[in-house]
Amino acid sequence: MTTPMPGPHGVLAAIRYLPRLRLERSAMLAQHQWMAPGLRGLARGRRSMASWDEDCVTMAVEAGRQLLQALPGCVPGTATLASTTLPFADRLNAAIVAAALGLPDNALTRDVSSSPRAALAELAAALRQPAPGTQLLLSAERRISRPASAQEMIFGDGAAAVAVGHGAVLAVHVASVTRHADFVDHFREAGQDHDYGWEERWVRDEGYLKLAVDTIRQCLAQADVAPAEVAHFVLPAPLAKVNEAVARKLGIAPAAVVDAGHESGGDLGSAQPLARLDVALRAAAPGALVLVAAFGSGCDALLLRRSEQPCPGGEPDEGRAETSYLKYLSFTGQLALEWGMRAEMDNKTALTAAWREHGRMARFEGGRCSACGTVQFPRTGLCVNPACRAQATQAVVSLADVPARVLSHTSDYLAYTPHPPFQFGHVDFEGGGRVLMEFSDADAGELAVGLPLRMVYRVKEFDRQRGFRRYFWKATPLRGGNP
Amino acid sequence: MASGIRDKVAILGMGCSRFGERWDADADALMLEAFNEAATDAGIGTRQLQAAWLGVCLEENNIGKTAGPLANALRLPRIAATRVENACATGTEALRGAAYAVAAGAYDIVLAMGVEKLKDTGYGGLPVRTRGVANDLWLPNSTAPGAFAQLASAYAARHGVDSRDLKRAMAHVSVKSHANAALNPKAHLRNAITEDDVLKAATIAAPLGLYDCCGVSDGAACAILATPEIARALHPDREVVTIKALELSVSNGEEQSFSGVTAWNGACIQTAREAGARAYASAGITDPRRQIHMAEVHDCFSITEAVLMEDLQFSAEGRVVHDVLDGVFDRGGALPVQPDGGLKCFGHPIGASGLRMVYEIWLQIQGRAGQRQLPRMDLGLTHNLGGHPHQNVCAVSIVGRLGA
Repeated sequence: MTTPMPGPHGVLAAIRYLPRLRLERSAMLAQHQWMAPGLRGLARGRRSMASWDEDCVTMAVEAGRQLLQALPGCVPGTATLASTTLPFADRLNAAIVAAALGLPDNALTRDVSSSPRAALAELAAALRQPAPGTQLLLSAERRISRPASAQEMIFGDGAAAVAVGHGAVLAVHVASVTRHADFVDHFREAGQDHDYGWEERWVRDEGYLKLAVDTIRQCLAQADVAPAEVAHFVLPAPLAKVNEAVARKLGIAPAAVVDAGHESGGDLGSAQPLARLDVALRAAAPGALVLVAAFGSGCDALLLRRSEQPCPGGEPDEGRAETSYLKYLSFTGQLALEWGMRAEMDNKTALTAAWREHGRMARFEGGRCSACGTVQFPRTGLCVNPACRAQATQAVVSLADVPARVLSHTSDYLAYTPHPPFQFGHVDFEGGGRVLMEFSDADAGELAVGLPLRMVYRVKEFDRQRGFRRYFWKATPLRGGNP
Repeated sequence: MASGIRDKVAILGMGCSRFGERWDADADALMLEAFNEAATDAGIGTRQLQAAWLGVCLEENNIGKTAGPLANALRLPRIAATRVENACATGTEALRGAAYAVAAGAYDIVLAMGVEKLKDTGYGGLPVRTRGVANDLWLPNSTAPGAFAQLASAYAARHGVDSRDLKRAMAHVSVKSHANAALNPKAHLRNAITEDDVLKAATIAAPLGLYDCCGVSDGAACAILATPEIARALHPDREVVTIKALELSVSNGEEQSFSGVTAWNGACIQTAREAGARAYASAGITDPRRQIHMAEVHDCFSITEAVLMEDLQFSAEGRVVHDVLDGVFDRGGALPVQPDGGLKCFGHPIGASGLRMVYEIWLQIQGRAGQRQLPRMDLGLTHNLGGHPHQNVCAVSIVGRLGA
């Protein structure tokens, strides 16, 4: 027996997330032009750059949080995480994300990987065969390219998220086609950082202009839609002018080609089709046809029709310009700097304790005393309120989405952090609760007593000896443009 | 009905090693150096000791924490020996264990030893240590200067003090301690500095600069305690010096986790207020600023000393910047603080510091403080803090002439 679903099936919301740091490509070129002057043609604008404490899990969490905040009351039944740069090969990355998002423990969680079209293939499949409930599709990418490669210039770090389900949809499925092909324009061996790619002209002529064009044509034919009717065309090709060439060959209007976002962030890999779909949906008029395709080991094409629903949620802000290419190399583990003996701390995680405290770590769970209402973190057997001290009264409460303010702060130059200084302080939460916390993404001189904060899920420490990383919540200044 | 400790325990003798970067000495050598001085001072040997307390954080000589390092270093005649550890307040904890044993009548003559060999880590500052398996999952990987720097931002905001004025007062605290240590042959840092040196020094944890931070040192200090009767009998020529109060207060997590209306404000050391008030009550002190003639407080950082002046009722709330800049706590001021140079310059070998503070009071009362001798000294206070402002141990002792 199934419950009737309210409203049509389709895309309920889309969000894209870019890390705050945006590396100036001119600063990259300045370091490379002695040996790679040809990079000049790509050296426009800025590429998004994950901070040392961001990976595909944390970026997917941030995109997912923003998406769920845009859809109040939505409880997804599935969470699929697509990426080619997942931090763990055997530890379900989607389960880390689902826990941080507070999804019910019976949500179906899956990692999908191995191609830049991994996320779009999942989205198209979800739209093609409507399932009950809401499906959350997350995609994040943090590819590390060899210094002075074109990829280093073209790629950006970031995430995107789409919710699919029944209700006030932004867009409905019109047609979709998938096609696999072991066309190896680039590859990356398991466990390696860097891509190896073949000649661009061959990739363009035999790959995009044949495989992709054929797949997109099939998709349009399936819906009996003429190419000229496509109002927004998303094809995230990380090659110059390929999208335009594909559009021309198909007969799609040049004005329909959605900008790839090169100057504001860069190519987000598997997250790019969803991220640019978000851009297209926000620009599309009611009734407009939006065509999004993804290429890699084959091709997926998805044709959607925009509804009159406004797009919920916000868009990334301008971020903060970063001009230190050496910082980028260090953050990506490509430059070994002298961090001193304090960096030798053994960050072995007691997995027993991590499981015992998983709610505390994943959801920032503290307690609210049922006798006096005091909120405290961590949750303990006895209420922290000196006027109460009731025992076993702590109901679970998450501080992850509670606004907070700085009580005290410092910028510590002695402590080891991959991004000095180490900024931390006491944080007071609205409605109660005080936690000594690390600050992330705070600028020099920005911290002040009383400064409004929001929480973000980040890597707390890396255990390089064992290849483990642990996550926790950090406080970041609340800025306009952020939710 | 408990009757407290006032005048029940006397100091028979004290010793203190030279503090500093003692590259040539291990913990055994430091303990022996301190003990030899104390034994000569007290006129007794190890065979007269009935029990001993060792305060140390890092020393090991077996699996687990034992008093073994002390028993071995002094070849104690297999007497009872107990190891205590309460972070940077460990030295006072050793004194407390020993003093209460004498006050209880269990022993006549006991030893309290504190020692730390810190300079085997290879870097400046205190060693990086785990916070415990569960705490490591969420607590920031902070340092001591970072944790104490929090006081400065909260204090300035709470009292509406211009951060530059606060920084100047903090500089004065350090300049004063350097001037005092220059007169102390056992001190680690004996150079005189200027306010300008402090203000221009490299930042360690904003707003703390290099000269706002205490020395990290090797050293040992010890006290031999006995009943006042034994002290008088052994040294009829000396004035008997007794313990008036020994109070301890330990954070219970409220500072760290409670944000209700009565919560800690981040700008003081709550436990110092508790321990101080109890110690004053125990010693019968009603006007600390006038009745206490000198204090050795836990000046791990300049801002710590500053806020402690209010916590210990030496300054009115929000007034410490003025008092410090007016020289109230200078060696020639109304209430000299850190006449020996303090943690700042005498140095801070964790387990030894609480006993080193009492050592200065002992010398000052007997007129043996050399060039830094104070004109009037009947009652002195020590304040020893372990941990961080939000989660700590505070020990306050009051020591003075019998009858004072």
